[in-house]
Amino acid sequence: MSNWFYLHARAIAHALRRLFGQPVGTLLSALVVGIALSLPGGGYLLLDNLASLARGVSGTPEISVFLDTQAQKADADALEARLKALPQLASYRFVARDEALKQLAASGLGDVLGGLGDNPLPDAFVLTPRGEDPELFERMAADIGTWPRVAHVQLDSAWVARLHALLELGRLAVLMLAGLLGFALVIVTFNTIRLQILTQRQEIEVSRLLGATDPFIRRPFYWFGGLQGALGGLVALGTVWAGVQALGQPVARLAETYGAVFVLGGPDWRASAAIVAFAAFLGWLGAVISVRRHLAGA
Amino acid sequence: MIVFEDVAKRYAGGYTALAGVSFEIRHGELVVLSGHSGAGKSTLLKLIPVIERPSAGRVLINGQDVSHLPKAAIPYLRRNLGLVLQESRLLFDRSVFDNVMLPLVITGHPPRDAARRVAAALDRVGLDGRGKEVPAGLSGGEQQRVAIARAIVNRPSILIADEPTAHLDPAYAADIAELFLSFNEAGVTVLVSTHDAALFAASRPRRVVLAKGVLAEDTHSAGGWAAYEVAP
Repeated sequence: MSNWFYLHARAIAHALRRLFGQPVGTLLSALVVGIALSLPGGGYLLLDNLASLARGVSGTPEISVFLDTQAQKADADALEARLKALPQLASYRFVARDEALKQLAASGLGDVLGGLGDNPLPDAFVLTPRGEDPELFERMAADIGTWPRVAHVQLDSAWVARLHALLELGRLAVLMLAGLLGFALVIVTFNTIRLQILTQRQEIEVSRLLGATDPFIRRPFYWFGGLQGALGGLVALGTVWAGVQALGQPVARLAETYGAVFVLGGPDWRASAAIVAFAAFLGWLGAVISVRRHLAGA
Repeated sequence: MIVFEDVAKRYAGGYTALAGVSFEIRHGELVVLSGHSGAGKSTLLKLIPVIERPSAGRVLINGQDVSHLPKAAIPYLRRNLGLVLQESRLLFDRSVFDNVMLPLVITGHPPRDAARRVAAALDRVGLDGRGKEVPAGLSGGEQQRVAIARAIVNRPSILIADEPTAHLDPAYAADIAELFLSFNEAGVTVLVSTHDAALFAASRPRRVVLAKGVLAEDTHSAGGWAAYEVAP
């Protein structure tokens, strides 16, 4: 095991020597990888910020359940009992028809209501479901709509659903962008490693004559690809952070004009680690493909 | 220790480098392989570390048939052989020390022990204290000494050298030949090919002569050294 660590440590040292032995080339490669990755990285961050903003503005959507006007107290109690048993229900409140009438009157429609003989409003429950899945809300509303004595169910999540759809679309676009640019980065690393193999051909041949195994020869190239990718990931992270710093204040001022408080957030440590790890993975992948393609004949 | 059994090597295009070569090298023996250019000396030597594989016949090392050795097993065979080629094949972007260290890095030797071995190997070939120099600053003979130090640093039981004195002037060539003789005296089996068999004449080693790919002469099987005096 210690020999395994030693061989990897040696491969890392070898890869680092190669990386820092050509600082300009390494910097340019890291910039290419970094700038390319900062686009999907920044896009993801923007969507994340929009999603949290949407959550803050909309809160959780509510479902209003209106009973028919003939429903009695016992019917409302039975309905309440069934609601309590729903696992996807976070909370609910009962709005009695008299209370609803008072609220309506207080809203300035007192004169209109005065002309009516009986209270035309039904008893109602206002439900707050758990989660944020619009499909779940719709299924829940449809289900409750079939219950006895329920006259109408109103789900006020239509715009939330649209926002979610837009965010999903945005996420898909970011994923496609990440896929395309990731592919480009694999090609960049592929070519870098190809050149490395060409320049180190003699060393590879001599090492083979002296008893080097294929993994021994390949390992430094894998590390080189991974480290170059990770460096690119760090550049991408820096670019995204710089973008957040540059846009943070203008966005906050824009939010203030709408009476809102909004702070543009940078990537947390998990997202930061994911960006660097993803970049390292792409570099490693490019190296693996290149080594398999070019070392076979070396 | 090394057995060639009816070995033939034919290349694509029909050129026959070796045909029906059979002989055996015993442990601790010094064998000088000679013959004209194109006689098949290099091809024969390449069969031992499986740089080439025979078209027919077998090559056995310590009883193991290496002719059909799986590709993945070849590196482990080579680690037990010392290999010196006609060109020194040194890495010119590394120091002398790092060049000699390479086989030990490959085998994953602990660095401290490896450094000791490299120093000993350099001392053995007369380059003590010159580890920090780069190969480009050395003479041809010194470069070949570095290559020899690299070949012996793993303490192989078999040393194979393909015309190690080919590009050296007579004084350097004699020094290199002397080195191989001393390794053999230390118990290492040495198989060295050369155009100039007289370099090794002092120790009267066994001489195997190839001519056009066939075994033309073997002083061991001839049972005497008289043939040694005949120029190849």
